[in-house]
This record gives sequence, structure tokens and C-alpha cells, in this order.
Amino acid sequence: MQPFARAVAWILSPAHWWGPDGVLTHTAEHVEITALSVAVALAIALPAGLYVGHTRRGEKAAVWTANLGRALPAFGILGIVFPFTLSLPGFGFYPTLIAMVLLAIPPILTNTYVGVRSVEADTVEAARGMGMSEVQLLRRIELPLAAPVIVAGIRTSAVAVVATATLAAVFGWGGYGRYIFDGFYQNDTVKILVGAILVAALAVVTELVLAVAEHLVRPARGAAAAGATA
Amino acid sequence: MGSPFDVAWIAAHLSDILGKLIEHIELTLLAVGIGFVIAFPVGIYCFRHRKVYPPVTWVTGILYTIPSLAFFVLLIPALGISIVNVEVALVSYTLLILIRNVVAGLEGVSEDTKDAAKGMGLTRGQILWKVEVPLALPVIVAGIRIALVTTIGLVTVSALLGYGGLGFFILDGFGNYFATPVLVGSVLSALLAVVADWGMLALERWLTPWRGGGRLQVST
Repeated sequence: MQPFARAVAWILSPAHWWGPDGVLTHTAEHVEITALSVAVALAIALPAGLYVGHTRRGEKAAVWTANLGRALPAFGILGIVFPFTLSLPGFGFYPTLIAMVLLAIPPILTNTYVGVRSVEADTVEAARGMGMSEVQLLRRIELPLAAPVIVAGIRTSAVAVVATATLAAVFGWGGYGRYIFDGFYQNDTVKILVGAILVAALAVVTELVLAVAEHLVRPARGAAAAGATA
Repeated sequence: MGSPFDVAWIAAHLSDILGKLIEHIELTLLAVGIGFVIAFPVGIYCFRHRKVYPPVTWVTGILYTIPSLAFFVLLIPALGISIVNVEVALVSYTLLILIRNVVAGLEGVSEDTKDAAKGMGLTRGQILWKVEVPLALPVIVAGIRIALVTTIGLVTVSALLGYGGLGFFILDGFGNYFATPVLVGSVLSALLAVVADWGMLALERWLTPWRGGGRLQVST
């Protein structure tokens, strides 16, 4: 396990933190692509999921998107997007962003839609009976009750994007994947391990932070449905 | 950079493509098979000893969170670049999914049914094998389905270690700025995942003719 210890020492040495190939630069790149991808995916999937969940229109399309999203390998999405984005400026960044957005949409869409749909019919009826408009109903009842399930979807997406954005280094984009692929080409095991340790750590941190967020948005009595696996 | 879709290249590489497709299927089945052999008894044990379940989901959850590329790479010092390395990582990813579904399936069996079995004089072992496991089967099969689809996607990544099935073409195409192999690898692995998903879904439906759809899975 000596290479492993050397990789940890490499990361902890401040000399490797700064500069264009420094830990901080690649951390910033990795976090940037992840945050941007999840934000764009959220901007698309949240309204779509709320609409489908509230109106029950387009349920088939939502189910299809979700199933297709689960079936498509992340690496495969990158591969399919790649040839079509070669002509875009900023080589490396756009194929990655587009692929990551496509990867991040299905979990958010599914969880938003299912979260809103699982709000009890009695609760919705009571809100309507109190004279709430459809928009009020969505904002004050359905959205808060579905929030934990929606955040769980964001968590799944974010962790998947952190993991997959590593592969984007093949396109020439940075992030932690830079260390892994450069290490492979240079036959430098320590460098490969540096990238692997950093990306694993970022994934676990992302998971934990969003798990806490999920807990914070949970309504007082935990009314939202727990996720079923079937 | 040639045309994005070079038919001549595909025609010239048909046997290669078939070989990698078969390798892809083999790597996937091996991982899910070994994963199931581990997860099934562990799931039953967790179901019977509830205290064990949270730590087990915690450990397998961490394994599941580690990005695949990082996982393959982190195993290199211990296992070298080998099929063992690839399979250890792939199996690790199936554990959370499979154990969770085995436990969820067993939990879903109604107390009334089990009471009736007990009343008929069945032993604990008989109740497990003749009542609980058969009734849990649809949920367990759903877990296998998710594990299969996930693993098919992950195998493409292990191409980096030289054991990637169709992922070989994706990586090869990236390396040469040649889109055709990238598309062939991506589209075929996506198709393989879709076919596996549909096949297992059909099996699930066949096992539970009384249930309608129930196709959406919420991630938690």
C-alpha cells in the first residue's frame, strides 16, 4: 500500500495545492462543472416534474425519460454527445456540460414528479377547500411536502455527476480526471491515485452534504413518502 | 476526423464488435452473479438480525458512492490491473442494490401470511424458503434488474483497465478523435442496457401478474 500513502502525502503537501495543475485548481473545476450541470438540470427538471406531478399530464413521457436515463450508461451519454459537440467552441467543456446535464435530469425529474404525486389526496383536497389557488397549492403544500424526495433526487444526480465528470478529462476538460488520465499516460501510479482519492472524497462529501440538506427540508412529522425500490 | 458515422469502419470491424459485446455481457453477468451470491445470504441475515442492517447499508452505501473510475484505480496497488480488480469493483456496486432489495422484499411479506404458515406448522426454515422468498421474488428480481443495468454502464468505464467490453471502442475513439467507434460503443452499450431492462421487467411482470405497472424507482 505504499503508493497509496505516497498519494495521500502528495495531496497534503501545500506545494501541490496551487498552480494550473494544482489540487485547488482542479477542485474548483470539478466543483464548477458539477454545480453548473446540476443547476441547469434542476432548472429544466424541477418545473417539468412539478408540472407533471401536479397536473398528471405527460406522465408517460416522464416515465420514459426516467427509464431511459437509468438505462443509458453515463460514459455512453458522453460518447453519444461527443461527436455532435466537436464544432462548439471551448472544446472539452461543452460536451462535458451537455452530457452531465443529460445525466442529471432523470433522477431530479423522477423524484420531483413522484414526490408531488405522493402528496396525499386528502391533504390536497383540504388545501383546495381552504380556498388555495393551484399555484398556492403547489408552492405551499406540494412543494414543501415533496422537498425531501426532490433533494434526494438532486443528491443522486450530484453524486453521479461528480463521479462521471472525471471521465471528461478525456475530452481535455480539467477536474480531478486530469490527474487520473495524465497519470495513466505518464505511467505514474501515484498521480492516478491522487485523482482517485480526491474524486472519491468529493463524492462522499457531496453525498453527506446533500443528505444533511435532505434532512433539513424534511417536514416536521416526516410526512413525505419514503422511497420504494420496485 | 472522419465522418461521424463511417459504415466502412463498422463493416470492417464486425467480428471485433461482436467479441467486445460478448465480453461486455460476460463481465456484467459475472459481477451480478457473484454480487447476488454474496447479497442474498447477507440480505436474509440482515432481515433476521435488524441491528446488522444499518451498518451494512452504510458500508455498501459508501462503496456505491465511490466513483467507478476512482474505484478501479484505487484497487490497482492491491490487485494490479487485472480482471480481478475490475470484478471486485463491479461486484461492490451491486451489493447495496441487491441487499436493499432482498431485505425490502422479505419485509414486504405480510404478517398474516407468515402467521398462517406458522399455524400450518411450518418451521422457520420452511417459512423462509416456501413463503417469504417466493413472495419476495419480484422485489429481488427488480434489484437484479437495476444491478444489471447499472453494471452494464459501469463496464464501459473499466475499459480504461483493458477489460471494458464495448467501452474499448469509446476510449479508442476518444484517443483517435474518431467518432464512429465512440458511437458504436455508446449506442451498443446503451442498447444492451435497455434490452436487459426490458427483459428483466418482463420477468418481473411475469412473476407478479396481479401488479400493473410500478415501474418508477425513486432514488433515496
